[in-house]
Parts: sequence; structure tokens; C-alpha cells
Amino acid sequence: MIQKKSKTGTFVALGCIILFLALVVLLENLSLFMDNVPKLLKHTSPLFVVLKKTAVYALAAVSMNLLTGFTGLFSLGQAGFMLLGAYTYAILTVPMENKAQVYYAFGGSALKFSLPDLFGGADTTHGLILGVLAAIILAGVVATIFAWFIGLPVLRLKSDYLAIATLGFAEIIRAIFQWQKLGPITNGANMINKIPTFSSFNIENEAGKVVLRLSTFVPFLLAIICITIIVLLINSSYGRAFKAIREDEIAAEAMGINLAKHKRMSFCISSFFAGISGALFAMFVNNAQAKPFTTNLTYEILLIVVIGGIGSVSGSCIATFLYVACSEWWLRFLDTETAIGDFKVPLLRPGFRMVVFSIVIMVVVLFFRRGIMGNKELPDLFKRKRKGAAK
Amino acid sequence: MLKIDGLKVNYGGIEAVKGISIEVPERQIVTLIGANGAGKSTTLRSVAGLVKPAAGRIHLQGEDITGLSPDRIVSKGITLVPEGRRVFPDLTVLENLKIGAYLRKDSLQDDLNWVYDLFPRLKERSWQAAGTLSGGEQQMLAVGRALMSRPKIMMMDEPSLGLAPLVVKGIFDIIKEINKQGVTILLIEQNANMALRVADTAYVLETGRLTMSGTGDELLHNEAVKKAYLG
Repeated sequence: MIQKKSKTGTFVALGCIILFLALVVLLENLSLFMDNVPKLLKHTSPLFVVLKKTAVYALAAVSMNLLTGFTGLFSLGQAGFMLLGAYTYAILTVPMENKAQVYYAFGGSALKFSLPDLFGGADTTHGLILGVLAAIILAGVVATIFAWFIGLPVLRLKSDYLAIATLGFAEIIRAIFQWQKLGPITNGANMINKIPTFSSFNIENEAGKVVLRLSTFVPFLLAIICITIIVLLINSSYGRAFKAIREDEIAAEAMGINLAKHKRMSFCISSFFAGISGALFAMFVNNAQAKPFTTNLTYEILLIVVIGGIGSVSGSCIATFLYVACSEWWLRFLDTETAIGDFKVPLLRPGFRMVVFSIVIMVVVLFFRRGIMGNKELPDLFKRKRKGAAK
Repeated sequence: MLKIDGLKVNYGGIEAVKGISIEVPERQIVTLIGANGAGKSTTLRSVAGLVKPAAGRIHLQGEDITGLSPDRIVSKGITLVPEGRRVFPDLTVLENLKIGAYLRKDSLQDDLNWVYDLFPRLKERSWQAAGTLSGGEQQMLAVGRALMSRPKIMMMDEPSLGLAPLVVKGIFDIIKEINKQGVTILLIEQNANMALRVADTAYVLETGRLTMSGTGDELLHNEAVKKAYLG
């Protein structure tokens, strides 16, 4: 009985995901098929920037939530692992023909291969897909390897001490990647660009005209696959052990859960997906450089996790969209001086957006003490409604 | 079945347990009574592997288990019901029970039914968050969770702590029932009256040393014990 129910639940979830992905494809291609689409749906619209960034940040937020919300380990090293992922991806995917140009300051790259070229070149379909996919997975693997080593000493610490140690790690990594002596690999303080991006996945005809846009679909597909894996993990017996550690370490240990092993596992898995989200970030901004991966990025993601609800995957996803949409789109008008007729609207000037944004966040935190979703998931809300209707 | 030999444990810089030897025969209820700070909890915690003993050996069915990690000890068949229940408050009752069986790979359904038979209340509340249960129900859950690992020995740390007398009686009835079904029990209690009534063998622990031992009945009628612990 219970099993049957969960099976239909899986199908419903799968259906929703496919429907959602189809909707994304439809949305971004509407302007190709119809002449008079509203401005919002033109491919230059901020909507698509927001959607792409949402996909990237949602994965980062969910991976952080796995660690903070489900295992109770408060780590602030997210930006460091994302940086590892972004650089790994970029280093491995710069096409051979662009290497001299990208690494001009160091007389070419020390790496004499490029993944897309190994699979047949970045301009062929399979070369692009396989190369990018392999690079993304390797990005996660590199982040995991670092996490494993960092975890050995750091995971002995608890709460705020762990946060400070991981924060320090992220800063050190950022400094190392800007080191001039590593230039032939990391390009020093310069950015690595000319890498395959989301737009590379748009399908063009021979004349070079786009016939099918997939640049929003691709990040969504990748993020959804990763988030689904995380959700499956959370619902497995390992996930249950993680939650037990979060709730009560001593009781968990008394139940036979090996604390060190499970903490390390959670830390490594979280870092794996943080690395992948870093790779997606590099694709999103078309380059990899150390500059965006400051503690600010970690705080942004932490903010999303807290607003969405610590311990709620769907909460993190919803909060990501709201956060990204607010900061990139809905509140943009606050930064431009506007006049209605002769009346100059007061207060609107560059920087005012951040003031309003901070107030919005404070209000949200005041009224939703445990975040938007608390530790509930989206389906839980429907369940309660159905029960209420039955009464 | 369980044999503790000359156990010494240091806890926070002081010697909390100063060389005690206890034997827990199979299918018995053995109880350790004593005042606060006598070293009862520390003894259990070191058997469970949560603290490392400074000296002495612990044997389970002839096998030396001294200093093994807690997960190894649980998989050998010793489970601890920790003091103050320590259920996982935000997880459901069912999830709590499943965590109790974390180290087992076989099917849990039989044991779930067994626990639900022992505690019908838990079945009614299986989808409820454990934190919303009453104190007595939480104690039932803590016991049920420990049973899910299918232990040979269940060690209980102060099961009566903070519970109403009627609830305490219910818990002790269950302890006897579980014992009848073949689980050996090592129980520590401040509620000496209750503990001695159910115990086959009892030990009195005072500031880290054993001062008396005997059957439950003997100690229940012993003048010194009466004066010190039964009042």
C-alpha cells in the first residue's frame, strides 16, 4: 500500500519535471516561432538571465543545504569548492585553437589537450556534449578530492569553528589560484575565457542562424539531474543517518552511526555538487576567474538557504529564484533615476536597490522564522491540503 | 554473557570509575544503582564505546570488545538507550525506528511489527515527529529504537528519568516483557526501588567503586541499601 503510493508519487514528480523542462524550452523558443512576442519573452529579456542564474545557484544552494540543513555541519567553504569546479571546467575545456590567445601572458597552456577536442571538437555535437559533460563531472571530482583532504582535519571541529576553518580554506584556495607561478595552468590573475558556454548548445543552421535555443534548458537539465540525485540521497538510509547526526550526535553514535565517516561523506558529496555548480557558473558567466568566488558568494548562497528554509530542498529552489529575480530583475528599477513627468521620484539612485533588498530580507526573516518552507517540501503542502479537504 | 573486568574510566580529568567488575548473565536483568556521580553512566558509556576505558577489559560472549568503536559494538549486539531518551525530534517515529536498525541490511518489517506490538502507541503515531510525543512515549520510542538493532544486550540509562510514577511502572513492565522475550538487560537507575524489584542481580556503585551486590530481593531488604537509596 505504502509502496504503491510512493511509486505514483515518483511518477508524478517525474512528470512534473519533464513538463517543467518542456515549458522552459517552449519559453525560450517562443520568439523564434512567433513574430510578435512580448518583450519579456525576447531572448535578450532579463527573464532568461534570471532563469539560468537560478539553475546555477539552486544547485549550489541545495548542495549547501545537504551539509548545513540535513547533516547539521555549518560550512562556509562553498565558494572555494565552486571555484575549484569553475577552474577545473574552464582549464579542461578551452579549445586547443584558443589556448594561445587565452594564455598569452604565459606563452600558452601547460595542458596540451582539451576535453571537447578529444571527443571530436567543440564545434561538433558529440564533442561538445561529451567534452562538457566529462569536464563537469571532473569539476565535481576535483572538488570532492579537495574536500576529502580538507575534511580530515576540519571535520573534527563543530559549528562556528568549522565555519571559520572552511571559510579560511576558501580564501586560501582563491589566493592559490591567482598565484602567477601557476599561470600556465590557471592563467594567473587573468580570466580563462573562450570556453564552451550555455549558448554553445543553441542549435544553429548552416547560415549560422539559431533554429532552436537550448541555452536555458541545458543548465536546468543539469541542475535538475543533480538535485534529483541529492533528493534521492536524502531519502535513502544515508540521508536518514545524516539527519540523525544533525538532530543528536550522541544518540546517533549510540545507534551505531559512524560519525566521522558520515560527516566526511556528506561533506564530500556536498562539495561534489558545489564543484558542479561552479562549473555551471563558469558556463553562465562565460569565463573562470577567482574574483567572483569571494566569501560574498558563500554568503549569498547561505542567505538563499536560510530564506528558503534550512532542511528544505524545494525551499532552497524557490528562494533561489526569488533571490536572483529580486537582485537581477525586479528591483533593478530602483537603481535608475526616474522622472514621472516633471516629478523626479525621490530616493531612486544607484545603490538604492540594495537598501530595499536588505529590508525585504529582514522582513522575510522576521515573518518566516524558519524560512519560507521551514523543513517541509513542496509535496508536503499538497498533502496537508488534501487531508484538510477530506475532513 | 557480558563481563566487565577491573574497568577504570577517566572522565574529565577525574577517575570516575575506579576498577569495577560486573557480570551480566544471559537473559537476566542486571541493575546498577547508586547516587549521582557514582559512575553508573560512565560505565555504560564505556561499554557502548562512547568513552575509552583507561584500564580493564570488557568481554561479550568471550570476545574482547574493549575500545572498539561504537558502531562495531552495536553490530556485535549491544545497544544503549541513552539517558534523557534523546530521540531525534524532527524525524518521524518511523524514521527514528529505522535509524535504530541502521547497521542492518536485512528486512526490517518483522522487527517493526515486533516493536509496534510492544508499543501500540508508536504505531498510532508513526508519522508524527518524535519531538511532539509525550515524555513516556519518547521513552517507548527510545526503547523501540534500540530494539530495532536486534540487540543481545540492551543497556538502559535511567529510563525513569522525568516520568510520572504510573508511566515509570509501564516502562518497567515493558522491560520485563522484553527480557522474557530473550533480551538481556543492563539497567542503571536512581529509582532503586523500581530497579531492584525487576532485577535478577543488582550492584551498588558508590563514587566509582562497587560496595555491594546480590539478587534484587536481597538488596531490596538490605538495611544499608534501604537507608541510603530506598528511604
